[in-house]
Amino acid sequence: MPDPQVLSLAPAPAPTGAGVVASGSGKKRRYSLLTRRDKIVLLVIVGIPVFLDVVFIWGPTLASILFSFTNWQGYGGITAQNFVGVQNYTFLLTQYTLFWPALIHNLMWLGFFVFIASPIGIFFAVLLDREIRGSRFYQNVFYFPVVLSLAVVGIIWELQYAPDGFIDSALGLTKQTNAIDWLGNPSLNIWAVLVAASWRHVGYIMVLYLAGLKSVDPTLREAAAIDGASDVQTFFRVIFPVMAPINVVIVVVTVIESLRAFDLAYIINQGTNGLELLSILITNNSISEASLVGRGSAIAVILLVISLVPITLYLTRVMRSTGE
Amino acid sequence: MTATTMAGRPNKRRIRKGRVALHAFLITMSLIWLWPLAWALLNALRPLSDTIKNGSWSWPTTLNLNNFINGFQQANLGYYYLNTLIVVIPAVLIVLIVSSLVAFALTRVRTRINLFLLLMFTAGNLLPPQVIIVPLYYLYNWLPLPHAIADNGRLYDQYIGIILIHVVFQMGFCIFVLSNYMRTLPRELNEAALVDGASLFRTFRSVILPLCAPALAALGTLEFTFIYNDFFWALLLIVTGSKRPITSALNNLQGQFFTDQNVLAAVALMVAVPTIIVYIALQRHFIRGLTLGSTKG
Amino acid sequence: MAIQDTSRPEAPSTTGPRSVSRRDVLKGMAVVAGAAALPTILVACSSTATTAPGGGGGSGAVTGTVTVGSNHSDPGELKGMQAINAAFTAANPGATVKMNTVDHGTFQNQISAYLQGTPEDDFTWFSGYRMRFFAAKGLATPIDDVWAKVKSNFTAGFATSVTGDDGKVYGIPVDYYPWCVFYRKSLFTAKGYTIPKTWDDFKALCTKMQTDGLIPIAFGDKDGWPAMGTFDILNLRLNGYQFHVDLMTGKEKWTDAKVTTVFQKWAEIMPFHDTTYAGLTWQKAADTLVQQKSGMYFLGLFMTSEFQATENPADLADVDFFPWPTLGTQYDTEAALDAPIDIWMVTSKSATLAADLDTAKAYMEFWSKGSTQLLMFQNQPGLIPAASDTDTSTYSALQKKAAQIVGAAQKITQFLDRDSRPDFAGADGMQGFLQKFLSNPTQDTTALQASIQAFWDALPPATV
Repeated sequence: MPDPQVLSLAPAPAPTGAGVVASGSGKKRRYSLLTRRDKIVLLVIVGIPVFLDVVFIWGPTLASILFSFTNWQGYGGITAQNFVGVQNYTFLLTQYTLFWPALIHNLMWLGFFVFIASPIGIFFAVLLDREIRGSRFYQNVFYFPVVLSLAVVGIIWELQYAPDGFIDSALGLTKQTNAIDWLGNPSLNIWAVLVAASWRHVGYIMVLYLAGLKSVDPTLREAAAIDGASDVQTFFRVIFPVMAPINVVIVVVTVIESLRAFDLAYIINQGTNGLELLSILITNNSISEASLVGRGSAIAVILLVISLVPITLYLTRVMRSTGE
Repeated sequence: MTATTMAGRPNKRRIRKGRVALHAFLITMSLIWLWPLAWALLNALRPLSDTIKNGSWSWPTTLNLNNFINGFQQANLGYYYLNTLIVVIPAVLIVLIVSSLVAFALTRVRTRINLFLLLMFTAGNLLPPQVIIVPLYYLYNWLPLPHAIADNGRLYDQYIGIILIHVVFQMGFCIFVLSNYMRTLPRELNEAALVDGASLFRTFRSVILPLCAPALAALGTLEFTFIYNDFFWALLLIVTGSKRPITSALNNLQGQFFTDQNVLAAVALMVAVPTIIVYIALQRHFIRGLTLGSTKG
Repeated sequence: MAIQDTSRPEAPSTTGPRSVSRRDVLKGMAVVAGAAALPTILVACSSTATTAPGGGGGSGAVTGTVTVGSNHSDPGELKGMQAINAAFTAANPGATVKMNTVDHGTFQNQISAYLQGTPEDDFTWFSGYRMRFFAAKGLATPIDDVWAKVKSNFTAGFATSVTGDDGKVYGIPVDYYPWCVFYRKSLFTAKGYTIPKTWDDFKALCTKMQTDGLIPIAFGDKDGWPAMGTFDILNLRLNGYQFHVDLMTGKEKWTDAKVTTVFQKWAEIMPFHDTTYAGLTWQKAADTLVQQKSGMYFLGLFMTSEFQATENPADLADVDFFPWPTLGTQYDTEAALDAPIDIWMVTSKSATLAADLDTAKAYMEFWSKGSTQLLMFQNQPGLIPAASDTDTSTYSALQKKAAQIVGAAQKITQFLDRDSRPDFAGADGMQGFLQKFLSNPTQDTTALQASIQAFWDALPPATV
């Protein structure tokens, strides 16, 4: 679900040796070497995945948008009567008690990741960029939660947060003496979950950033050192600006991960009572006995619109770096 | 950043103190980072009676593997691992094959369409899956399939359905990475192959694919981990509990072991083992998969 | 006798038995739980075919296959299902039963897609509005012909519970269970507690329990629906059966001051509830009763399965219950309570239904017998058979008492999520609203009530 691999740093500087560019300039003559058979093969090779992509991803995306304007509940077909315009949206935004908490929690997730988790990841990357002993070991330690499924992460952290778990036991709080119910208390549990999510997110960001750091031209650092810059100054004035492409990737990854949050909250309490999230709200409304497909789709569209921001950002970068 | 690149003699004492502080900090953070896992492991090794009697924050009186053994049997984990393999291995293979073919095709087609398709595939991977799950759910319940492929005539509640959505969803990322990677391969190779009279497919199979081996290994590792760890798709697109891959089955297993959290910890750890093993064994590929292409050139 | 007709002068609008996700995801017992279950519980479309040889082929024995979708995923109930299927095939040699068991909570969640997509012939479900809702959408087959044969075995109350809006009968009632306040006799004796009859007695008892270091009222609302039980009983006793039913079906408004009184009354006893309720499933909460950490637990009779699970018969024998205390209103005499009814129904979209119709109906008829229902009951004593001809001699004292309390009630309801629209009472709606209330019971509930009403008003029209 969360994609450790959602984005790679690949689109960074166009690879030098290849000289391959996506535009058609001056390469047209090479294509006459493709036989007709080759062209058909190419068409099939590309056509089928495109078809699948359209049918299983883009089609449903459009369908979600369509559904959001209906009050369809999945029974029978969609008729003209089902279309209710923006009714679902007005209900969500003005009257649905669970919507705003969900949105706020997603934004909290975003804020926590952007201001706390990702910076910590970057910080670790910067620290580990030196040639120190055990660098590999530290990297492994911080990164390994990323290879765990979020469901497993949830269970591991439940052992920490349960009233008889580590944290309360270590603090000497028992059920009788007012154990803090980290996961049951609606004011606390979102923070508890964010810590667990960050445990994983930090390592992911760290690895991405570290790879970027390693590709920074060392001469830049030497030049800064010669100029007498301190480490901190070197980082902020020299390294950071040069890492612009990677920085974009980090931002996009962070935002996407916080919008996708589902697994952790779901496995802990199915996204209720303080852990409402837009993603779980969608499934609770639509893929449930309630089957309020229209309303769930409206939430999905809102999620889509918010997601389009980082997606567009990333795609723009891809477009630019492939030389268009 | 590193002291050694500074011109002039570094102040040794300052370095040592700095280094010591750095290591101290990193070690502390490492301990904090490892703690939740260590705690889970500790609990998994303790019988529940021990935890209840003495409280969890106590020195264990006994340590044994009973929770693991019992958990494995009661949860029928062997069966779930099998389920997972049935889904993960075909999915990884198919996605790699399809993506490399498409990436190859796209590198041969140097038109605007190439870029558009690339964008389309990539964006498809960035979407939160919840945006498409509802129509997908209905599609899966509606699309008729021959009974030879699916015994209930639908994609819903079928391994094929899960494999399919994984392939389609992951395709974008893999195509993107591979097409970038392929672009870094020298053009001359293609030329040489063509001059030798090789067909497009031959070029792909004998020339490009072997060269992409590092990228494929990296992607394969990453995709294995990702598809193995997926919780969402199988949770909603498979309804028969016994068909779920192991990660999605955790939801039900959590309910099954509500009386014994130590066994639950053991089960969760056993679920995590394959990805941990893959990570330890194939670290290099893993990291490379995330950072592919950034150091090329 | 399970239910006395005379004690229910008016057919109650009974909707929806047992709460939504009683045996839900969390008590998972997913289909493959337990190696013993595995061989017989297979994935969809596999069979637990047990064509027993010989056996009496009674009059009208059928042959052929019937596929059944069952939510009896708990080990005890699973055994019950297997016993029943075996008995069916013994009575109908040549007939085969193919059972698909789905985890209880999942079964409910996907009921909509299930009934429209590839359902089995017969399926387990709940009576009340929850049944009428799907019947009205044409997703169930009426079984008036079967009902004509068996209706003498059921009281009028049960008959109403399986009748759809169009007057046709859609199901066979198979079991029910009352919601009462459970306690351990030994604990009460040891601490010298007496059964509270009135609200003030109840609160006094709670206070006493608290000073004795117990959790007075066990509670586990992680699944969202248990809280509905308390709402129901308070609403029934404070505002009466008619208001409650009308509220569930939208004829009364949630913004009514009467509803406010329910929340206020509830707030009075919230301090006595388990404070960690938000993270506890009902099973975990029941365990606090088993372990004598709590004093009382208001839940359905099915809770006794937790006492049975200790495998110490003394535990099960130690359980007792008393009805919810009187609140000093005119409605106390109604002695109304939730007693959800479970039923079996026939789908309409099953691909094999046309071929299996006779066997499917025979299966339903088989389920209407007390002897059949007893087979389930023996494996899950928290469910009381609905058939009048059930041999009650094997009932324990507790079960007899449960049957009696339901029989003595003038009015019976089915539980909030079965008396009301499924799209109102789920995790998308009422469950969340009640959790909001519980997180701050002394709040001014005006805004919350308004949002509940707004939620109801915004629901799509019920009829398609």
